[in-house]
Amino acid sequence: MLGRIVVVFNGYWSLYLGQGLGITLGLSAITVLFGAVFGSLLAFMKMSKIPPLRWIATAYIEVIRGTPMLIQLFFFYFILPNDMIMAVFGWIYRIILLFNAEAVKADFIKFICIAIALVVNSSAYVSEVIRSGIQAVDRGQTEASRSLGLNGVQTMTKIILPQAVKNILPALGNEFVTVIKETSLASTFFIGDLMSVYNVVRGKTYLVIEPLLITAAIYFVVTFILSKLIAAWERRLKRGE
Amino acid sequence: MNEANSKYMIQAVDLHKSFGDLHVLKGVNEGILPNEVVSIIGPSGGGKSTFLRCLNLLETPEKGHIFFEGVDITSKGVNVNIHRQKMGMVFQLFNVFPHLSVEKNVTLAPVLLKKKTEKEAKEAAAALLQRVGLFDKLNESPSRLSGGQKQRLAIVRALAMEPDVMLFDEPTSALDPEMVGEVLDVIRELVSGGMTTVIVTHEMGFAKEVSNRVLFMDGGIIAEEGTPDEIFSHPKNPRTRDFLSKVLTT
Ligand SMILES: Nc1ncnc2c1ncn2[C@@H]1O[C@H](COP(=O)(O)OP(=O)(O)OP(=O)(O)O)[C@@H](O)[C@H]1O
Ligand SMILES: [Mg+2]
Repeated sequence: MLGRIVVVFNGYWSLYLGQGLGITLGLSAITVLFGAVFGSLLAFMKMSKIPPLRWIATAYIEVIRGTPMLIQLFFFYFILPNDMIMAVFGWIYRIILLFNAEAVKADFIKFICIAIALVVNSSAYVSEVIRSGIQAVDRGQTEASRSLGLNGVQTMTKIILPQAVKNILPALGNEFVTVIKETSLASTFFIGDLMSVYNVVRGKTYLVIEPLLITAAIYFVVTFILSKLIAAWERRLKRGE
Repeated sequence: MNEANSKYMIQAVDLHKSFGDLHVLKGVNEGILPNEVVSIIGPSGGGKSTFLRCLNLLETPEKGHIFFEGVDITSKGVNVNIHRQKMGMVFQLFNVFPHLSVEKNVTLAPVLLKKKTEKEAKEAAAALLQRVGLFDKLNESPSRLSGGQKQRLAIVRALAMEPDVMLFDEPTSALDPEMVGEVLDVIRELVSGGMTTVIVTHEMGFAKEVSNRVLFMDGGIIAEEGTPDEIFSHPKNPRTRDFLSKVLTT
């Protein structure tokens, strides 16, 4: 079996490590990046003094966290009209065409649907990461700041957020690691990520286990290294206080 | 009584504050005169901190008024941030800003709130830090300071806004005994310079020494007040006597 693993890997390593891992990491990065943007928005809505904003954010977060990711992927895959996606994201497709004239429009639309579903999902989790990062900053910091005469916004931007990022950034890194594994679900739609590559290789080699083990090993090595790096980074942030 | 009495710098009128079902302040009336040094003593849970924190509206009273320099800061539409700039506050747990250098802790508020230019603020910070013996720590991170040093920094941070009154909430309670003296020295110097001061403290000796007036708070009201001599040597209220006999023997 070891021999067959080596043969399969030799034959398909560029598909695995180039396209597969590239798309997986790219999609994960997009997910966490935009998840952080919308997650911040949700976090501030949830901490808002205005009740309707709080309700909306809470409902969103609860629904997303309470339903399976795969259902969310299907939902956005079916619900988002192609025309709308092209209207909003068409410029990206046109840029891609400049580099790769063979890029297929349907694949692009599918990819955007999946990315949106992942961002929607991740923003709910990330908003909780951000909220708890902010709330982990000692209340006394807010009180000291307000007692000096700083207003709420000044206190948030100058005192609370600079301290909260030390809690938030490592947690976002860990969210990235989680998302890397979760994007494997997106292979259901065959978007060329690492797990999709597995399906391709399995079809070509008529082998099931060997390509799977290679896929698992790549996921493991990447997430293991990233986790260790994040942990080291977190220790450094905490020490630099 | 809804009018400010103009002789007071701060005046609390019929203050009530509850936390859920817990009625903590039950109608406190008190005026602080300019240049006056007022100590607040009393048993734990009596509402001392809550009262002090109502003065700069860190706690919002449900009922009653706070007049500060003639303005009812509890009334709607008043920008309390402006008034807080004139009320320095020092906390039991220091609350220095750990992400900023010692100097930046002091200069942040005056510069951000446009009270001083960056240059003026730095000069003022240097002079203030010199005064409390922290000049050599200018570029340190506060995390490398001892408790006593942190509290001195917190005092300087408040002073940098050039407040008209300083509010202290048990400024030495979280300190190791050997550091209490250095912080009390700073407060002593401030008070002798004429700073209007309200200080919640368990340091009875210090309260007796520096105060013009002592308030004994118990059960959400000011149960007795008077000169240090009246309160410490001739307390009238049995609760004051009971409290003092407990704290002075231990
Ligand atoms: N934010 C809060 N939420 C709920 N209860 C509170 C809050 N702050 C104070 N309390 C309660 O109000 C009461 C009065 O508290 P306060 O801190 O004013 O007392 P204190 O006289 O300062 O006591 P101590 O000497 O222990 O500092 C206490 O029973 C306390 O538990
Ligand atoms: Mg207290």
